[in-house]
Formats: sequence, structure tokens, C-alpha cells
Amino acid sequence: MKTLTLRRPGIGLSGLLLRIFAGLMVIWLLAPILVVIPLSFTGKKSFEFPPTTWSTEWYHNLFTAPEWIESLTHSVVIALLVVVFAGVLGTACAFGLDRGVIPGKGLVRGLVLSPIIVPVVIVAVGVYAVFLPWHLAGHELGFVLAHTALAIPFVVISVSTSLAGFDRRLEQAAASLGASPWTTFLRVTLPAIMPGIFAGAVLAFITSFDEVVTAIFLSTPTTRTLPVEMFETINNVDPTIAAASTLVLAGTTVIVLLVLVFNRDVREGE
Amino acid sequence: MSASTDSAGRLTAAPRPAARPRRVSKTAKGRVNTAALLVLPALVMLSVTFFYPVGKIIGRTFTDHTGTQGNALANLQWFFNEPTQITILIRTFETSLIVSVICLLIAYPFTYLLTVVSRRWLVLLLGIVVMSCWQSILVRNYAWRILLRDDGVINGIVTFFGFPKVSLLGTTPGVIIAMCHVMTPFMILPLYANLRNIDRRLLTASRSLGAGPTTTFFKVYLPLSLPGIMSGTLLVFILSLGFYITPAIIGSPDNSLISQAIVAQTQKLLDWGHAGAMGLVLLACTLVLVAAVATLTRRRLERVGMGAGGRL
Repeated sequence: MKTLTLRRPGIGLSGLLLRIFAGLMVIWLLAPILVVIPLSFTGKKSFEFPPTTWSTEWYHNLFTAPEWIESLTHSVVIALLVVVFAGVLGTACAFGLDRGVIPGKGLVRGLVLSPIIVPVVIVAVGVYAVFLPWHLAGHELGFVLAHTALAIPFVVISVSTSLAGFDRRLEQAAASLGASPWTTFLRVTLPAIMPGIFAGAVLAFITSFDEVVTAIFLSTPTTRTLPVEMFETINNVDPTIAAASTLVLAGTTVIVLLVLVFNRDVREGE
Repeated sequence: MSASTDSAGRLTAAPRPAARPRRVSKTAKGRVNTAALLVLPALVMLSVTFFYPVGKIIGRTFTDHTGTQGNALANLQWFFNEPTQITILIRTFETSLIVSVICLLIAYPFTYLLTVVSRRWLVLLLGIVVMSCWQSILVRNYAWRILLRDDGVINGIVTFFGFPKVSLLGTTPGVIIAMCHVMTPFMILPLYANLRNIDRRLLTASRSLGAGPTTTFFKVYLPLSLPGIMSGTLLVFILSLGFYITPAIIGSPDNSLISQAIVAQTQKLLDWGHAGAMGLVLLACTLVLVAAVATLTRRRLERVGMGAGGRL
């Protein structure tokens, strides 16, 4: 691996300009998202920004109003099931792609990863057309199945990266020391690729929890996910959306930080 | 060894093919074939919940004729003969192109900086990029909806500097601003994967041979970064073509992009044949561009498209 150049830019004008530019870039990337935080504590039912009066009313509303608490529950349950489905199927698939002798492996890999490039609107409309007669629209299982397809590629990519960096001589060493294939897998391979599986699981969770487009089509007034609730009420002057946004922002930040800490490949931008 | 310095994407990297020698020994052959079966459950799941639905909606282009009696291609003929649809298609391409170019211009200097800063700063700045990349698409668009209001923060800044108020919510420029914000990380990550591989000794060599900084940049650095520019720009362009949430929240039906128009056809007009035709056009454009970027940059699919995640 090529070592990173550690040389700092010159302290000349160009270096200074670059640093100012980097500062502006960090503001550009982060600041727009952060406006939801002060707005969620506003005292008035308005989009006034920055707010002039403060309250925690909208958080109270988020956790007591049935439509919010139900959609939040639906989202969490669906995302956790997607983690299980996509995690198992994606990890198995990554193993198959890594170790299997498959004719046309490139094509198989392309097919498995294709959900990340097909425009989601096409998937959403198609899933709706197929799931409606199957009575899966408006059913939690429908969301889980649709989101699993969208999440599988992330698990496959993440686990594949770990497998590619895994030294298989460790397995041979374990086998030569008398470990059975199953023991070797559980005690040697699995722990080694755990960061990849963990990152894949987190990405699967976020993919499902944040997915709006197929969810809009599959939702009914009684069964909707949190992003759909937010999308449908975005025109209302109701800062509860800001409270929900702040909650999602905080949750996403925490779990992405966990991945950044535990997965070197991710941290290094690979 | 350049084989391990790969990737373009969100949090994770692609496998490193060249770095991995094939280890299919003869004795292991039987087991390896069993391993191949492990891809099947995922393929079955995708067939039922992804390929079949996508195929079904595309198929309706040729089978569903609400209103238009006629041959199998009637829906496609409708699309290409309807000035409104052509306007939407052109607007979608224009918007995607503008977003790609703006993202490239703002991402390039920043990404260059990433390749020269100390390791500590690299981890911090890259962490911020990855972090912003994974933040909820809906939260980001909601934030922009607040910022772009007529009495919002952006107009506050604009009027502070003495300019007249601009109407951004419900307009294409407003959509472009929000899309650029969402897409910036998707430009930085593939670009970084390329720029970090550029051998800086070539720049020193260029300078020592008498070239000035400007000449060195345009004659040496820029050409070497072209693969990164290509994959980043095409990735952003491809993802922008299919954008639904941002135009739906920031834009208006009067200046809709093709994804919005597809949703309108199915939800409001219940015209699946027309929706299928529009979906087919969008899918065809996407696949042609993905094939182009895969050929041009010799990268695998996941390194090109990583990060779309079906969330945009």
C-alpha cells in the first residue's frame, strides 16, 4: 500500500487559501444539516430561524403523538429485520463470491450489486406493482423485503473488503493444528472479518431506516415509516419534524462514529 | 503497489482483485464449488424483491396501454413525441450536468488538500466527509427546505450583502443547491481514491526541470487526476439522474425531474404504461453511463456506483 504523503502544504499563500477553503468545505458539509437542532427547540410553531423562544414541546410531541411514535417503532423494527436478512444473505453471498468457483462471476457480482445503481424510483414503482397483489403493501414484511434488496449490496461490499484483506493461511494454520472447518470458521475467520460484517450491518440499518421512496409507495395511513411520516408532513408548519430530524441526526452520527472507530478500511476512506 | 489503493465510495472499499492471488487448489475444489452455492440465497431474494419488480414495471411499457391503443411501442412513442416529457428529460440532464460540474469544482481543491495534510487531519476531514455522506437524505433536504425559504437563512445572507431577495424554494436553482450538498461527498471519495495515488515525485521532477507551478498543475497533475475526475463526475451525474427526494421536497411539480414525473404518472394518473416507458428511458440512460464509466475507468461496478444505496 502506498504510504500517504505527510508533507504539509507550504505556509505560503496557496497553502493558506487551501486551508480557508477546507474550512469552508467543512462548513458546507456540516452546517446545513445542523440547522435542524436549534429549530427542534423552538418555542413557536413556525420555521423561524434562528428561533427566538425555546421549548422542548416538539420532543414531547414526538414521543407521545401516536403517528410519530408508531412510525418510529415501525422504522426501527423494519431496519433491525433488514439487518438480520441482509446481514445473513449478504455475508453468505460475499463468501460465495470470494471462495466459490462460479462461471461468469463478474456478472453475478454485478447483478448482486445492481440495486445501488438502478434509480430507486423504478424499484419503488415496480415493488409496489408486485407487492400490492401479494398483500405485502402496507405490511411490515413488504418493507423488510424491499429494503433487504437495497441493503444486500452494502453488506456484500463491506464483507468482501474484509475477506479480501484476510490471510487465508491463518485458516490453513488452524486446520493443521487440528481445528475442524466449522471451528476454524467460528474461531478464526469470523472474528477476523467481524469489522466488515459490523460495518455492513450498520450500513444495512441506515439504508433501511433512511429509505423513503419505496416506503412511500408501500405505506398506508396506518403503517408508515418515520421518513414517510416526515415526508408526508413536511409542508405542515410543525417543528416535530425538526425534533425527529435531530433524533435521526444524533443516532446516525453515533453509529457511523462506531464504524469509523472499529473499521480501519472505512476510516482510511477505502 | 497500486492494487490496494482503490475505491470510490461510501464507507467501504471494493475488494482488491489484483492483490489477491487465486488460491483454488485442486484438493479444495469440491469445497469451493459448495462455497459457490452461498451466493444463491441472496440471488433468490434479489430476484423476487428486485429483478422481478423492476422487470415488471419496465415490461408494462410494452403491455399497458391506458388510453393509447396500439402497438407494443406505443408508450415509448408517446414519450418521445410529447414535448412535456422531452422538456423534463432535458431538464433532468441539465440539472445533473450542472450539479456534477459544481461538485467537481468545489471538491477538487479540498480533495487535493486531503492528499497533503498530516494523517491526523486526514482522518478528521475524511471522517467528516464520510459522516455527511451517511446522514439521512430526508433530514438534509428538510434542512435545505428551512434554509432556502424566502425568509430563510440563505436569503438573510443574500440581503445582508445588499442583494435583492431570491426565490429558491420551488425553483431549479434551489434544487441544484440542495443536490450539490447531497452529492459533494460522492465526488470527494472517488476523487480522493485517485489523487492519493498520484506520485508526488513527478511534481518535484516537473519543477526541477523548470516548469512553473501552473504548468506543473496543468501538464502533470491534472492529466494524472483525469481518471478520478471522470469516475467522480460520472458517478454524481448518474446518481443525480435518478434523484427523487430532493426535487420532490425542494422543487415543484412545474419544474419536475424525470423521477418526479414517474411518481406522478403512477400515483396521480395511474398510467403504468407511461410510467414504465419513462422508467425504461431513465434506466437505459443510467445503464449506458455505468457501462461507459466502467469501460473508461476500468473499475468495477461497486467502485462506480457505491453509495447510491437506493436512498436518493
